[in-house]
Parts: sequence; structure tokens; C-alpha cells
Amino acid sequence: MINIDWYLALSAILFCIGIVGVLIRKNAIVIFMSVELMLNAVNLSLLSFSSFHGNIDGQILVFFSLAVAASEAVVGLAIIIAIFRNNLSVDVSRINLLRW
Amino acid sequence: MISYIFIFLALMAVASALAMIISRNTVNSALFLVLNMSALAGVYLILQAQFLAVIQVLVYAGAIMVLFLFTIMLLNVDEEKSLFNKLRVKYFVAFIFGVAVLALVLYSFGSVSDMLPQISPKMAEIGTVEAVGQVLFTDYLLPFEMTAILLTAAIVGALLIAQHKISPVHKDD
Repeated sequence: MINIDWYLALSAILFCIGIVGVLIRKNAIVIFMSVELMLNAVNLSLLSFSSFHGNIDGQILVFFSLAVAASEAVVGLAIIIAIFRNNLSVDVSRINLLRW
Repeated sequence: MISYIFIFLALMAVASALAMIISRNTVNSALFLVLNMSALAGVYLILQAQFLAVIQVLVYAGAIMVLFLFTIMLLNVDEEKSLFNKLRVKYFVAFIFGVAVLALVLYSFGSVSDMLPQISPKMAEIGTVEAVGQVLFTDYLLPFEMTAILLTAAIVGALLIAQHKISPVHKDD
């Protein structure tokens, strides 16, 4: 069997790819997908700790985190649609109404 | 054998995540994210969490990504043409920042690596639907019901935000 280090390393790598995705992309939908990727990476580390400890609470926490991620995706995409309707773009560098 | 499957799935997850943030077409990004989530579901299966692997495929790769694809097709987003053309400094800084965070996280793992848990003998028993359901409907019943309220509130909020026209409220009526 594989040690827990490898799962944590995979989780860390995916999380950092998500961070880089949020930083370099300008399309709001892709930024949102990178945030989902980071959520997934954290779920993986929770789940690996849960399995290696033999404690089920971590899996329950992942279940709730999935539910929160689903509702967050729904509301976030609705906000993106509303922004697109006002702005005709999902380019975050053009959403500068509140920029000083 | 398990190690080879894990390495394959991990490489697939990392490669599809990289392809997701690099690809210019938004639909391709979404499909790479589906691939990434399927690979992660395989990793969950290696971790003996069958219930969450199924939920990952159903909810993430199924429901949420279909929602993303619908939004992409509804908005008809054009491709980012200037992804690697201008502002190279920005990408360089983003890359440095990502590597710095990765190094920090890996360093913090390394400093506690002698305290990390070993494989538990109970690992095979806790991930089944039966075990998760047993805990979910006894100890965590109240949070589970709260999840229903959360999802309802999310649906109502999304409908309210994405509504096409908000009719003006008549205060006289």
C-alpha cells in the first residue's frame, strides 16, 4: 500500500495548480473551475486522513463539503450569468465598476 | 499493483488539471476538469471510500460539470486570444507564487511526517455506504437536514440572481 505522504503530496500539487489557475486566467468561468479544483484537493486530503486513521468523521465532512460546493457552484454561476448580462463579458479584468 | 494504479491516476489528475488551466477553449477546460474529477474518484476507490467515489462521479463530474457546460454554452464565451501573448510578467509571478505555496505545504508535511498516521486496519470498513449512512443518519442527522435547507436556499438564490427581468415592486398594492 502507498503511504499517506503521496496522497497529501497529490492534494498539495492539485491545490497549487488551482492557485496558479486562479492567478493566470481572466475568464471568470475558468477561475471558478480552478476554485472547484482546490476544493477537490482539500477533499482528497481530508479523505486520506479519514481513511488512514480509520475514522469516519472525515468522510462525513467531505460529504458536507460536496453539498456546500454544489450550492456554491449554483450561486456562483448565477452571479456570472448576471454579470454577463450587464457587461457582455466574463473577462474579470473588464469587471472594473468598483475599481478605484 | 495498487501503487501503479495510484501513480497512473495521480499523473492523470495532475496532467488534466494542468491542461485545464492552460487550454484556451473554455469547453475543453470543463472537460479536462471532468477527467480530473474522475481520476480523483479512482483515487478515492484506492482509499476504500466507495460511497464518496460514487458521490464524486455523480455530483461533481455529473451535476456540477453539466451546470458549468450549460453556462458556457449559454454565454457563448469567446476564447481568450491573449492568454500567452501579453503580460508575461504576470504569469511568471503567478508561477513563482504557486511554487512557493507548494513548497510551503510540502515543507509543512515534511516537518510532521513522523507523526502522520499509518494504515488503519479499519480502513476497508468505514467507507461503505452502510457505514457512512449509519453515521450520517444518527450522529450527523441535524447537519444532514440543514444541508437540505442550504440547497433550497441556493436554488432560490440562484433563480433570483439569474432572473432575466426583476419586475418593479408596486408599493401601493
